[in-house]
Amino acid sequence: IMCASAKYNTRGPALIPRMKTKHRIYYITLFSIVLLGLIATGMFQFWPHSIESSSDWTVEKRSVHDVPVVKLPADSPIPERGDLSCRMHTCFDVYRCGFNPKNKIKVYIYSLKKYVDEYGTLVSNTISREYNELLTAISDSEFYTDDVNRACLFVPSIDVLNQNALRIKETAQALAQLSRWDRGTNHLLFNMLPGGPPDYNTALDVPRDRALLAGGGFSTWTYRQGYDVSIPVYSPLSGEVDLPERGPGPRRYFILSSQMALHPEYRVELEALQAENGESVLILDKCTNLSDGVPAVRKRCYKNQVFDYPQVLQESTFCVVLRGARLGQAVLSDVLQAGCVPVIIADSYILPFSEVLDWKRASVVIPEEKMPEMYSILQSIPQRQIEEMQRQARWFWEAYFRSMKAIALATLQIINDRIYPYAAISYEEWNDPPAVKWSSVSNPLFLPLIPPQSQGFTAVVLTYDRVESLFRVITEVSKVPSLSKLLVVWNNQNKNPPEDSLWPKIRVPLKVVRTAENKLSNRFFPYDEIETEAVLAIDDDIIMLTSDELQFGYEVWREFPDRLVGYPGRLHLWDHEMNKWKYESEWTNEVSMVLTGAAFYHKYFNYLYTYKMPGDIKNWVDAHMNCEDIAMNFLVANVTGKSVIKVTPRKKFKCPECTAIDGLSLDQTHMVERSECINKFASVFGTMPLKVVEHRADPVLYKDDFPEKLKSFPNIGSL
Amino acid sequence: MQTRKKYIFLTFLASWLLLFFFGGDQLRRFAFLSVRKAEARRNWPRWTDRSLLKSFAEPEELQRDGDPSVLSPRERRAAWLSVHRSGRCRMETCFDFSRCERHGFKVFTYPQERGQPVSETYSKILSSIERSRYHTPNPEEACLFILSIDTLDRDHLSGQYVRDVDEKIRGFALWNGGRNHLIFNLYSGTWPSYTGELGFDIGQAMLARASSDTQSFRPGFDVSIPLFSKEHPQRGGNTGWLHQDSVPPKKKYLLVFKGKRYLTGIGSGTRNALHHIHNGQDIISLTTCKHGKDWEKHKDTRCDKDNVDYERFDYQELLHNSTFCIVPRGRRLGSFRFLEALQAACIPVLLSDGWELPFAEVIDWGRAAVVGSERLLLQIPSAVRCIHPERVLAFQQQTQFLWDAYFSSVDKIVHTTLEIIKDRLAPHRSRSRFLWNSLPGGLLVLPDFSTHLGDFPFYYLQHGYSPSQKFTAFIRVVSQAGSLSQPILRLIQAVSGSQYCAQIVVLWSCEKPPPPSGKWPQSSVPLTIVQGSRKLSQRFFPFEAIQTDAVLSLDEDTSLSTSEVDFAFLVWRSFPERIVGFPTLSHFWDPEQGRWGYTSKWTNELSIVLTAAAFYHRYYHSLFTEYLPAGLRELVDGLAACEDILMNVLVAAVTKLPPIKVTQRKQHKEGVAQQMEVEGTAGSRRFSQRQDCLNQLADWFGYMPLVSSRLRLDPVLFKDQVSVLRKKYPSLEK
Repeated sequence: IMCASAKYNTRGPALIPRMKTKHRIYYITLFSIVLLGLIATGMFQFWPHSIESSSDWTVEKRSVHDVPVVKLPADSPIPERGDLSCRMHTCFDVYRCGFNPKNKIKVYIYSLKKYVDEYGTLVSNTISREYNELLTAISDSEFYTDDVNRACLFVPSIDVLNQNALRIKETAQALAQLSRWDRGTNHLLFNMLPGGPPDYNTALDVPRDRALLAGGGFSTWTYRQGYDVSIPVYSPLSGEVDLPERGPGPRRYFILSSQMALHPEYRVELEALQAENGESVLILDKCTNLSDGVPAVRKRCYKNQVFDYPQVLQESTFCVVLRGARLGQAVLSDVLQAGCVPVIIADSYILPFSEVLDWKRASVVIPEEKMPEMYSILQSIPQRQIEEMQRQARWFWEAYFRSMKAIALATLQIINDRIYPYAAISYEEWNDPPAVKWSSVSNPLFLPLIPPQSQGFTAVVLTYDRVESLFRVITEVSKVPSLSKLLVVWNNQNKNPPEDSLWPKIRVPLKVVRTAENKLSNRFFPYDEIETEAVLAIDDDIIMLTSDELQFGYEVWREFPDRLVGYPGRLHLWDHEMNKWKYESEWTNEVSMVLTGAAFYHKYFNYLYTYKMPGDIKNWVDAHMNCEDIAMNFLVANVTGKSVIKVTPRKKFKCPECTAIDGLSLDQTHMVERSECINKFASVFGTMPLKVVEHRADPVLYKDDFPEKLKSFPNIGSL
Repeated sequence: MQTRKKYIFLTFLASWLLLFFFGGDQLRRFAFLSVRKAEARRNWPRWTDRSLLKSFAEPEELQRDGDPSVLSPRERRAAWLSVHRSGRCRMETCFDFSRCERHGFKVFTYPQERGQPVSETYSKILSSIERSRYHTPNPEEACLFILSIDTLDRDHLSGQYVRDVDEKIRGFALWNGGRNHLIFNLYSGTWPSYTGELGFDIGQAMLARASSDTQSFRPGFDVSIPLFSKEHPQRGGNTGWLHQDSVPPKKKYLLVFKGKRYLTGIGSGTRNALHHIHNGQDIISLTTCKHGKDWEKHKDTRCDKDNVDYERFDYQELLHNSTFCIVPRGRRLGSFRFLEALQAACIPVLLSDGWELPFAEVIDWGRAAVVGSERLLLQIPSAVRCIHPERVLAFQQQTQFLWDAYFSSVDKIVHTTLEIIKDRLAPHRSRSRFLWNSLPGGLLVLPDFSTHLGDFPFYYLQHGYSPSQKFTAFIRVVSQAGSLSQPILRLIQAVSGSQYCAQIVVLWSCEKPPPPSGKWPQSSVPLTIVQGSRKLSQRFFPFEAIQTDAVLSLDEDTSLSTSEVDFAFLVWRSFPERIVGFPTLSHFWDPEQGRWGYTSKWTNELSIVLTAAAFYHRYYHSLFTEYLPAGLRELVDGLAACEDILMNVLVAAVTKLPPIKVTQRKQHKEGVAQQMEVEGTAGSRRFSQRQDCLNQLADWFGYMPLVSSRLRLDPVLFKDQVSVLRKKYPSLEK
């Protein structure tokens, strides 16, 4: 089976016992590659060289006027009207899309034709600028295929964006004669201006049978949820006028209406609002006495004042978008571009891309009947929320309204998500503006769970050759009640671990993993042998932690399973003189990191460290043989947004025959190197994710006047 | 080892050199060709005259999208009312909003009539509504009406089927053509077609039904609810089965199904094919032919063998041990299986084409389930195999969140239905999709409090906000003395000394009027007095005067120092969704008496932080006052010292997390301890009332929400052997 996903290596960094067979496999594959290569080369040498001369691949350079003309006989078939009961499972042929590793649908575009009726009259304009842009965008996208047999979705080149620009019956006939029409199955039509006088239907009137419709201006009665796609009405002004993004915040007007052709009834209501609330409401209309040559569409007037459109939209916090004859209005696009929060008053309107966009974050929808209350409704929205809506509105425009390309790709992505739901784009990806994506976190362990105590933890000891000290650590750690397994990561390739009989006898399973290379990152590999969620990373010289302290640390981790819970704490500081970060190991009132020489954390972070560490941090750590703990602190803080938890009082971490963490930390060059690490990581992460706190966790009764024997964890903090 | 590597490297190099010498030319040509070929894809042409193309609509046409000849908006809306009826109902056309304006969203249930049989499930639904804070006994006030006639089972072959519903409904004076009525239904239609037929005219009523299909579902009007069994608990409900986030998130089986195989009839298409994906290893798909009376009539060659295999596996065991569970349609679109899988954290793989998923109006099912297509059953194994482990882990957690937030009890299902309808009444004051789909869920987030995410304690991290830098000290005064006592003066002084204190609000709950402003101590922060009653629940009323996110709740006799306050506030900023405070209690299950008990003695655990000295988010005032039903607040008012337990229970029910205890100086603790342990009648009465309170709350919630913690947060250098000069909070160690 081919999966798009990168398969995790579940075994571990090549472990010693499996080495030999692996070598054999290497040799065999190597030789077969060479052999195959030689055979292939030979074959090419003697192959008839016909492939090259098959055709010339010059890019077509043609005019729209030169496209072939198709004459439609008067009696050529007309498709059925659109079927309102169509849904993906009834009218869409999924078998055409198939399962594919990329989870992408294939879209085919029919070649452009000019359709004429029996008398040679054109059925419609051949193609509009926007529709050409849309088809170009599809053609340039990953979705496109030129192979009609592999296509899952068909897009006719017949332009139906504007119903008023075409002849309905003949256009329908043109659709019906498409080579793969098949009652419109898997065909996608794009329409922005549906309906016509007098009743202005809210969906394209061209009979289209089962074809999907990407329409602007659907109402809840014509929109087939989960089948059609609601799209914006593109505003060509977007391409012409450059409105730079304006910072959020209060603007000159509170409510602004800029539409020219409002129904008098609406206008009366708006004017009543203006009369009531004075200058904060601005109701614009078309200008009556413009001099010649000034385009009327770029000006708006209030009494004698003339305003530039769409620039004036940037002067208001809220902009009214009222329905006209149609539900979908191009002004919505202009309003969003101006970063003005749209107030949408169009009962039953299906907002653009409502299947995926959360419009409540970018707009206010007010029922038509509630128009008189508009002012008070808008007043009740908190200022901070308005600012977010302004940002959100602008982001929606940039991502989904800005160009025909944006509209086309969003439409195809929505259909794609329906066909491959398990690979669908998430709510956050659709809706969060880049600034929010940057500043927010999505914690992979978001469910508040307190893992069962019975599960226990796995201690992982990284060791090189300090056997005596290692054995003492093993003996000490094995006294902790919740320990369920001990894993020794033997990082020394030149020396074998001691024989089985020499290891201390402990009550839990003890496994030794030998690594292929002496790398610090081996400590954080998600070994299959780790069967618990909780991992205790411990150095082979940490013998000073009592059993109570370790057990308490595990209990604290259970209450904070998504954090690093550790013993020695450290701090990062901003060095104002040097203008960079500095590492601090002194007795401080604050902590922002814990050393992984003794720390509990969730096994999930081993996956993250091994497979998702940003940039070259992992290699950097292995090359410098330092800072793997700082890297882990960065990683966890960055993904959860939370601080570490330091447990229990500070102790002198000393061990007789070695330089322990604290001993080492005093070394000046070591400190410089650690500071360098922080600066390096902060630049790779693009931010400083570490959180500074002033608290540490102690047992509830720590140092209280209370009989020690009644305390759960009496032996805390002894030296 | 090293030499081996060298060998490999050398052979590699040599063979590539050889290849290049002999076949390089051809290879290069081939490569060139393939590049050319990619270029030669027949793309949409770049027309030479594309810049001359006309726009699809003139700007004039786009901006003047109005036609005076069309109906006026008012006429159009009136016309809708007659056209869009019954099958085409929408809120705009079939719902009378004006009924909800005066009294807000109030729900009336028709009184039970004598001799009217009501199934167990329906009476649970009715009592859920009666337990809701929206219930009203007065039809005049009501915005929404619920029938007393049991409409859950509309399969006329069923024993629960109620006859002559049309006739009964016509007898109701309030029916009004079904306007503003909500009808619950779990089963509709009957053998063999199982259509959505209800057997009576619903008029303009809304439907809350299980197994809705997307074609007849009226979007924005009906509500799709899950199918649940009659054993489904009224309240509380069982917790989900996921207790740990295993990594990798794999279980014994990848994908399982165990159920009936329909040999004929509707739904048999999918059920008949399910056995194809069974591989006996990580995919277990077991079917049995045994169902109905005459299954042997339709029996085919597979049946006997399948029936034997079927008995070999236990359904519950499969649920527990599988990563994904197939949830195919039954005769109807929905099935019990769906909720079972959700609870079991077995990611549902839905094979039920055209099913309007439960609460899909607000729930984003793409985050918790794999919505498969019945037609692509055979692709399901490879599709689920390819889902990234991170995504699987997220799916599993989301199933548990959704189960717990919306489905685990009849109360939750019914309340979710009501909240969805309420949100439609005022779109601008409704929950965004984000709120519904992230912890703690839509029911616990009141849009009337705020619609801005940053005003709630739950979304700081997800949206990059942070809680306010200051707090409001909120002191409740009850003592009968006319003048201000020494302790309260000291308290005001200590609190206002904190650099993080924005304001002090005093809730004056005595009969005597508060002393004039001149008598209050002068402090650097503004002091506001709010006149209150003696009701205990009023302490958690969302007073307008409280303007900061953080509230420091205090009793008048609480004794705190400025550094204690400072430190606790900084801790709260790290845990803004929890209660952070000083004196604590812990609860326990007393197996002898079969009830909950609590102790204020010194223990190694804690689960309640007394609100006599605690920080919490001001949103909890709103939740306490508006989310909890009036009955609970009355309970609190009737008992001594129950209000802080209720607050703790509420916060724990919302967060599923324990409160946080911070360092306190000794004298203070002794003071409280003494106060708590007063011997004699007053003390023991207080004790037993608290105990009662705890048990009544556990009963109302349907489970015990409190969670225990075994830790206390102290300053980093607390009691460390280091110079006092280095310590930021030396006074806490006295």
